[in-house]
Amino acid sequence: MREIAKACVIAAKDMLTEIRTREVISSVVVFAVLVIVIFNFAFGSNQQAAGLVAPGIIWVTFAFAGILSLNRSFVLEKEEDCIEGLMVAPISREAIYLGKFFGNLLFIFLIQAIVIPVFSLLFNVGFFNIELVLITILASVGFASVGTLFAAMAVSTRARELVLPILFFPVITPVIIAAVNASAVILGGGVLSDITQWLGIIGAFDIIFIVASYLVFCFIIEE
Amino acid sequence: MKRKVLFFISSGLLLASFYMVLVFVPTEKDMGIVQRIFYYHVPLAWIAFLAFFVVFFASIGYLIKRKPLWDHIACASAEIGLVFISLMLLTGMIWAKAAWGAWWIWEPRLTTSLVLWFIYVAYFIVRAYVIEEERKARFGAVVGIIGFLNVPLVFLSVTLWRTQHPPLTIFTEGLVGSMMATLMVCLVAFNFFYFYLLAEGTLMKADERTVKQLKEESIRRNP
Repeated sequence: MREIAKACVIAAKDMLTEIRTREVISSVVVFAVLVIVIFNFAFGSNQQAAGLVAPGIIWVTFAFAGILSLNRSFVLEKEEDCIEGLMVAPISREAIYLGKFFGNLLFIFLIQAIVIPVFSLLFNVGFFNIELVLITILASVGFASVGTLFAAMAVSTRARELVLPILFFPVITPVIIAAVNASAVILGGGVLSDITQWLGIIGAFDIIFIVASYLVFCFIIEE
Repeated sequence: MKRKVLFFISSGLLLASFYMVLVFVPTEKDMGIVQRIFYYHVPLAWIAFLAFFVVFFASIGYLIKRKPLWDHIACASAEIGLVFISLMLLTGMIWAKAAWGAWWIWEPRLTTSLVLWFIYVAYFIVRAYVIEEERKARFGAVVGIIGFLNVPLVFLSVTLWRTQHPPLTIFTEGLVGSMMATLMVCLVAFNFFYFYLLAEGTLMKADERTVKQLKEESIRRNP
């Protein structure tokens, strides 16, 4: 429990930095809305096609926006050598991972809270039911779990903006497939019992990769 | 000495497999000559996944033991695996074009192999962008572990995704005795070939490391 409390301190630090500077949320939200608008130019002229591809568009947008915000979470640490400060502090490496994971998850939720209404507006698609919220929460946990680990790795390489997407997208494939298909079923009028298998896949992904990343994180940021 | 033995066994078996695939085995009545690709496609797939399992195992070994030999095994196996999986995808595409008229179909096994190909590529890109040897090995090990854990989930999600669409019959499971024998010979031949290549690759990387250390030491002594 103490470890989780220490992790929350790290997440609170990231949140505080963000509230003061507002740099991640603003730029990532603008990017996400731009991506949605560009997709609209690609598909939106045909209203029927737009309805069919809407779940895919929203999840691709979240994947791209997620990469940006995950990158930023560690770039700041690297720039001022804050990561050394974190390592010297009396917290375990695992607590650092959990703290960063919680912080990234909160950022992703914040971005989604702003982007989803905009998406519903532009695409005329209702996104406000409980099943879709559940899918979004589970999938975001999956994004944050591997994303935090890979972002920590990517920021120590010579081409950090290139390495994170190359690592992230193949690994996140099950979450994308499951989230898009589950969202499509719900938007097409399905109920919770229709999507249990998809939710099972996302849930299994979350558990496996939170545990794996938790165990392996110390090997990434050791000196 | 052991390498020579492996070399001769694998060359002999590979030559035997060429004879069996091209001359011995009868032509399949539905698909004709193109069906002979199957005798190479299956062993290539098997070895690609075996190679990735070896990467996973050696990555864990490196993170626990920190001996460079584990990293050499992992990297050599990844190189071989990348080549084999590329060949598997190419043979799969040739066969798909001949059998179903399309170069690519989103079939579970092909799609999982495609994602695995990307994970292999990510393994090498991460290693390429890190300068320090020790960190390169550590990061590669993490990618190897996370990537391997991801493969079953990808297969599961793609299988579930594709069952929403009409299924395609892939293998007509009735295999005549001579066909089974040819397949087995090819499988065994490729297994030996893989282990031979792994031995050569690992030892070559160990030699490269020794040469690099000698160079650095001589530079240190004669500045």
